[in-house]
Amino acid sequence: MSIKRLSACALLALGMGTAATAQAHRAWMLPSATVLSGDNAWVTVDGAVSNSLFYFEHHPLRLERLEILSPTGAQVEAQNRAEGRYRSMFDVELTEEGTYTLQIHRQGAFARYKLDGEPKRWSGPVNRIDEIPASATDLQVSEIDSRMQVFVTRGAPSDANFKPTGQGIELVPLTHPNDLVTEEPVSFQFLVDGKPAEGLSLVLIRDGIRYRDQVGEIELTTNAEGKVELVFDEPGMYWLEVEREQPSQHIDGARRRLSYSATLEVLPL
Amino acid sequence: MQWKKLTAALLLSSATGQVPAAELRVQVEIPSLQVAEYHRPYVALWIETDKVRHQQDLAVWYDLEMKDNEGTKWLKDLRLWWRRSGRQLEFPVDGLSGATRPVGTHELVFVADSPQLANLPEGAYRLVVEAAREVGGREMIRLPFLWPVTHTQQQQQQGEHELGHVALKLTP
Repeated sequence: MSIKRLSACALLALGMGTAATAQAHRAWMLPSATVLSGDNAWVTVDGAVSNSLFYFEHHPLRLERLEILSPTGAQVEAQNRAEGRYRSMFDVELTEEGTYTLQIHRQGAFARYKLDGEPKRWSGPVNRIDEIPASATDLQVSEIDSRMQVFVTRGAPSDANFKPTGQGIELVPLTHPNDLVTEEPVSFQFLVDGKPAEGLSLVLIRDGIRYRDQVGEIELTTNAEGKVELVFDEPGMYWLEVEREQPSQHIDGARRRLSYSATLEVLPL
Repeated sequence: MQWKKLTAALLLSSATGQVPAAELRVQVEIPSLQVAEYHRPYVALWIETDKVRHQQDLAVWYDLEMKDNEGTKWLKDLRLWWRRSGRQLEFPVDGLSGATRPVGTHELVFVADSPQLANLPEGAYRLVVEAAREVGGREMIRLPFLWPVTHTQQQQQQGEHELGHVALKLTP
């Protein structure tokens, strides 16, 4: 029956949709505080890869590429690193006044292929892609640039760490990310490779998904200047994600997948 | 002695104020709370414009007795004041920092030529009192007034959680 077959197809499509969503794991870092006072200020940070925010239920976040920049741009060592079953953690002592940036920036290429019928994976720097055997079949390569950031401020917020590097997706804090409160307009600008990016899709998700029925994503698109403006109705920790796909400039025929994510705290006014 | 008497008279006149200076008088009641774990609240008092811009700090009461200035750790819990002013300051601040106060009514008096008020431009303002208590909550009270003081102005409000009765009186 043609109707039955159609329903089956529709169900299959829906099912795949669900599967795709379920596989869209979110990687995040969650700081114990973003606004701090006092001379002896520390934050402790959890990191995980999970479906639900902010719950530890899938994988710990790998911290090999973790980089911490002080307000003056000095590299700060993470302390008390640990990796558990579902989460990683580390501490940061905030010895300087101003805004610290905690980030994991990954760049490179990722490939799936088959060798003698066996599925294989490879990842590494773009310029070492020839490590993939010439006899590989079903080769799928993508270039990746992903940046995950968290900001924490002791004393007054500072801007020194927001100078764009011109690589991947970057946030320009028209409103400082540690100065977010409900009911006040917030605006951010996004750059792709240093240039304002029009038409970027942003998703913001508030913490505590477990305790409500709907995820309640806030979806926004950047304007011609790469800017978005919004007002947060509810305080909380928000996970922000921005993604874009474009042809790779370095690998023939490959896609380049860019992503940016951040955990932002919105305080009640 | 003539000279001594003159000095005494001068001192007396300046003390009683022959041209009495305008003053701003604030009463803040710290309420008695029946809670298992009580800590005195941190309190900030400041003046904002009627456009909600921070204008002038008057006082901040926090735990300044702790070693290594550790009491400053909770200043950010005075959330609005921290954002408007506190985060720009180095603690302790002379003439601003004070110790936390016990349960009861506390009065602060600022005369028109005090450092806090001497440079206050003419305008419509609000006194803001914000209180935050460790293991407790936070509360804010705003009382409007006009400056300079041409006639006696009185405002008061009853807090519900962290603040008791808060009263403002300005006299010319």
